[in-house]
Amino acid sequence: MNTEALKDLLFRLADDDLVIGHRNSEWTGIGPVLEEDIAFASMAQDCVGHAQSYYTLIHELGEADPDRLAFHRSEKDFRSCHLVEQPIGDYAFSLIRHFLYDLAKQVRLEALTQSSYAPLAQLADRIRREHKYARMHATTWVRQLAAGSDEARLRLQSALNEAYPMALGLFESTDFTETLAAEGVQPAESVLQSRWQQLLEQTLAGTGLSLPGDFDAAAYMGGRKGYHSEHLGPMLAEMTEVYALDPEAVW
Amino acid sequence: MYGSLSIIEVDNWGRKVHEEDPQKLAEFEARIERGEKIEPQDWMPFEYRRQLIRMIEQHAHSEIIGALPEGTWITRAPGFKRKLALMAKVQDEVGHAQLLYSAAETLGKPREQMINDLINGKSKYSNVFNYPAVTWADTAVIAWLIDAGAIINQVANAKGSYGPYGRALDRICAEESFHLRYGYDTCVHLATGTPKQRQMLQEALNRWWTPIMHFHGPPDKTSVHTETLMKWQVKMASNDAMRQQFLDMYVPKIWELGLTIPDPNLRKNTETGLWEYTEPDWDEFMRVINGDGPCNAERLAVRRYAEEKGRWVRQALIRPTERYVTPLA
Repeated sequence: MNTEALKDLLFRLADDDLVIGHRNSEWTGIGPVLEEDIAFASMAQDCVGHAQSYYTLIHELGEADPDRLAFHRSEKDFRSCHLVEQPIGDYAFSLIRHFLYDLAKQVRLEALTQSSYAPLAQLADRIRREHKYARMHATTWVRQLAAGSDEARLRLQSALNEAYPMALGLFESTDFTETLAAEGVQPAESVLQSRWQQLLEQTLAGTGLSLPGDFDAAAYMGGRKGYHSEHLGPMLAEMTEVYALDPEAVW
Repeated sequence: MYGSLSIIEVDNWGRKVHEEDPQKLAEFEARIERGEKIEPQDWMPFEYRRQLIRMIEQHAHSEIIGALPEGTWITRAPGFKRKLALMAKVQDEVGHAQLLYSAAETLGKPREQMINDLINGKSKYSNVFNYPAVTWADTAVIAWLIDAGAIINQVANAKGSYGPYGRALDRICAEESFHLRYGYDTCVHLATGTPKQRQMLQEALNRWWTPIMHFHGPPDKTSVHTETLMKWQVKMASNDAMRQQFLDMYVPKIWELGLTIPDPNLRKNTETGLWEYTEPDWDEFMRVINGDGPCNAERLAVRRYAEEKGRWVRQALIRPTERYVTPLA
């Protein structure tokens, strides 16, 4: 099995979950209702925990330990997509991002449970069980708010118009996409993307919300190759502020 | 996390105790005397209801405001272990606010109204959260020693006479004890770490000692209106008694870590068994509680921002024809 290809995939999985988990944790204390502060904090813990598990698999392939991979790696080595890097924005943006991201995560996890790389298949199966609740949270809130008031539906629609093109960066191909598919590690990104698209359309049916038709996603590509939005750098600087005081210290 | 604010009388509306039906009042006090719990549908004096709403509401506010100084360090926590633990801890604090607002709602005041009173400055919250958490070590000191102080207060109040508050506090105390262990573990790592880490911790302790000494409220001799509240088992322990208990339990542990407490007069009197200390600046306490602390404006501004930004979400969830809380009796 091609170890470089495997690591490429694992870094994408780990970095996306770490960065969105970090972003979602920023809602703790400032959510629109207390119940949402709590829910976002919960999902943040899940995502950061999943990232830690993926970094552990990378560590087992000979790289540094999870703390060092997350807290002591340069921005250009990150493989996160632009969607997860964006600031939390208003609640509509964070909810829609969570919705788009977690439906994509579901599609990917389902595929990964069949992966030819056994440690990843086992991990995906474990994460999938936990992840079910994040998906339920996203669909419940999107449906309820879309039906709650005209203002809420308009806010969600404009967040969808903004976030959907960014979300396409989740499925950006890399130099290893074909190798990973050929070796049965994970289906091609284009295959996952069309499953996601179908799931999105099914879920949004009857909500009055629709996916935007006219957009240009090119500006949001590049994350998988180390070209990030302007938001990742400052986020990493903040995240590593204490750790960087002394990376050898035990905190 | 919550200390004691028993000196604060926000207002004085409604029926006075001497205006209550004397027979009902006697039965009510006899129930409390027998150790029975008072439940939401039971008869209670107006003053009991008013004081409980004030107290539970202040406690709930303290939890959500308390999430702010620590919350700013979630995004900076060093390493997975600390990052995950701090996320869980601050989430717990918000969960406590949710539990407490629900307990206060059983007395007839809706959550939205309580939060409005908070952001308008009408109701108070624990003074300690008006101080900044300057470094990572401050969050460690808060999680250990402020939560330790809160546990002493909450364990006492959990035995109080109002059923819903007591049950909420039982659950809260169970979670707070994890916070304390997390805080202690973080402090131990700093205290036994590099010279830089030790210095961070000592400086944080220096900054937090006055707020810690303020935490259980002013000395008993200056506190007002506590006699009836003690008889009704609303307030379960005096401020000085709780402060003594805190010093007894935690000063030895602080010393054990090789830290210096910034009070040269702090010692246990072997004859009386009581701790002697320099009185913290109570004028500062009053100044901060009345709005003039280092972070009061910032804390309320963040809360106000959250309320305003989230209004459309709450409005989309609430049906205007539905009544969510029973009005005040």
